[in-house]
Amino acid sequence: MIELRDAAYDYGGGGLALRGLDLSLAPGSFHFLTGPSGAGKTTLLKLLYGELRPTGGAALLFGSDTRAMDRDGVSDARRRIGVVHQDCRFLDHLPVHDNVALPLRVAGGDVASRADDVAQLLGWVGLGARMHARPPELSGGERQRAALARALVMDPDVLIADEPTGNVDWDMSQRLLTLLAELNRMGKAVIVATHDLALIRAAKAQVAARVLRLSGGALSAAGADL
Amino acid sequence: MTPRDRLAAWAEAWLGDRDADRVVPPSGQTAWLTVASAGAMAFLAVFALALAFAAGTLADRWSQGLSDALTLRMPTDATDAQVDAALTILRTTPGVAGATVLDDAAQAALLAPWLGDGVPVDDLPLPRLIDVALGDPGPDVEGLRLRLAGEAPRAVLDDHGRWRAPLVDAAARLRLLSWATLGLIAGVTAAIVTLAAQAALAANAEVIRVLRLIGARDAFVVRAFARRFTLRALAGAVLGTGLGALALAALPGAGDRIGLLAGIGIRGAQWTALPLVPILAAAVAALATRGAAARMLRRID
Ligand SMILES: Nc1ncnc2c1ncn2[C@@H]1O[C@H](COP(=O)(O)OP(=O)(O)O)[C@@H](O)[C@H]1O
Ligand SMILES: [Mg+2]
Repeated sequence: MIELRDAAYDYGGGGLALRGLDLSLAPGSFHFLTGPSGAGKTTLLKLLYGELRPTGGAALLFGSDTRAMDRDGVSDARRRIGVVHQDCRFLDHLPVHDNVALPLRVAGGDVASRADDVAQLLGWVGLGARMHARPPELSGGERQRAALARALVMDPDVLIADEPTGNVDWDMSQRLLTLLAELNRMGKAVIVATHDLALIRAAKAQVAARVLRLSGGALSAAGADL
Repeated sequence: MTPRDRLAAWAEAWLGDRDADRVVPPSGQTAWLTVASAGAMAFLAVFALALAFAAGTLADRWSQGLSDALTLRMPTDATDAQVDAALTILRTTPGVAGATVLDDAAQAALLAPWLGDGVPVDDLPLPRLIDVALGDPGPDVEGLRLRLAGEAPRAVLDDHGRWRAPLVDAAARLRLLSWATLGLIAGVTAAIVTLAAQAALAANAEVIRVLRLIGARDAFVVRAFARRFTLRALAGAVLGTGLGALALAALPGAGDRIGLLAGIGIRGAQWTALPLVPILAAAVAALATRGAAARMLRRID
């Protein structure tokens, strides 16, 4: 569904440069993307949903090369990809419920008729009681789960999560992991960037995940030390 | 689709729906900037419009009966020699296309409506009339008057109000200036709305980025902002137009007396032009915001 083919990304000015990236997110696949902070995990994920376009090689979203897509084409592809951003990225003036419903709204959907779905989704991530709060009032774990709910509201084929357990305690990270594994069992392709190796080890009991490591700008399968 | 549905669909395409609007956080000072300046501009536009109408009315009134001819009235006791001399002067004056003495039959025809048929015109002491056709450009009427005074002292040159010609010209030019003023007002409104929209867009750059990230097309973002600015400009302009109309209605009426002031103000069918001011302001605001948003989106991602 989403593919990187010998993709490269260079911010220019001698900064981070990724090269030779090959990756295919097939339906039902689960990937961990690891590597030290600053290795380029976020950058690689941005190539997967078209926020960045590769400076070499190709990124294919549902068969279309992002460099050949127009702006509306990128928007339409993003509606099929759920993204949990590292910093969540909410609209702080809207309550959690509206933030979660926002992808429906921008896609021109009938938001009112989906209100129950949104409430149910919030209940599933454990935020049923918090849906009228504003994002700044949420704790780190609540923010991550709200971001997950927003990523799922369009029932995407692919779920991309960037450090979803970055600001949460161990118990909460386990709960998030369980949610991600459940989604993967429903057939969604999932990729999770994290520098938390303990989390990856803990996940092995729940999902058959491929673990990829980014270092020195290149992507490789992680060693047996995991 | 009923016309009403079609209107609603059209309004939504241009204004965006309420939901799209809520996506952008409420903003304080740019909102008032837009409302207040649209109001002020609409107020000015009402007066420019009134001036344009007044100048038009004035030009029409003054140009009525303005003919391309003069009449030279020789005294009743003028000799043929004096008439010939006057004709010579007229025919050698630049700007005069021709000069003919009205013959008895033509003169009788002129008088018939007043005196009835069968009046022995020949027996009446009548002035001799010379019909003077004017070229384009016409003659220097004052110069002509002076030369005629030398040869035919008691002849009267009737110019049928040609002195008003420069006034008609001035009124027409005033009308043109008023329309140009309206154009400038529209331009300034567009500039102010563009600046206000740019400020709002820049303040909401993160909101726009988030919207794009979760799959909003450019058109959605544009509508979210355009709706606000269009409605604000509309509200301000309705207010400004209303105040301008009140001020016009409250101008001391000069009745039917002739004069520039008598012409200022809006009357009759001209009032129906006033609602066009807010509609135009809203259209200008919609276009300006769309332009600003489109440029902003091209810079983001
Ligand atoms: N917008 C940018 N412009 C230039 N360099 C950038 C930009 N964003 C990230 N980088 C570079 O990429 C590096 C980190 O990339 P990132 O993908 O965020 O890594 P990670 O997510 O693995 O921590 C930074 O050290 C920085 O040098
Ligand atoms: Mg990162």
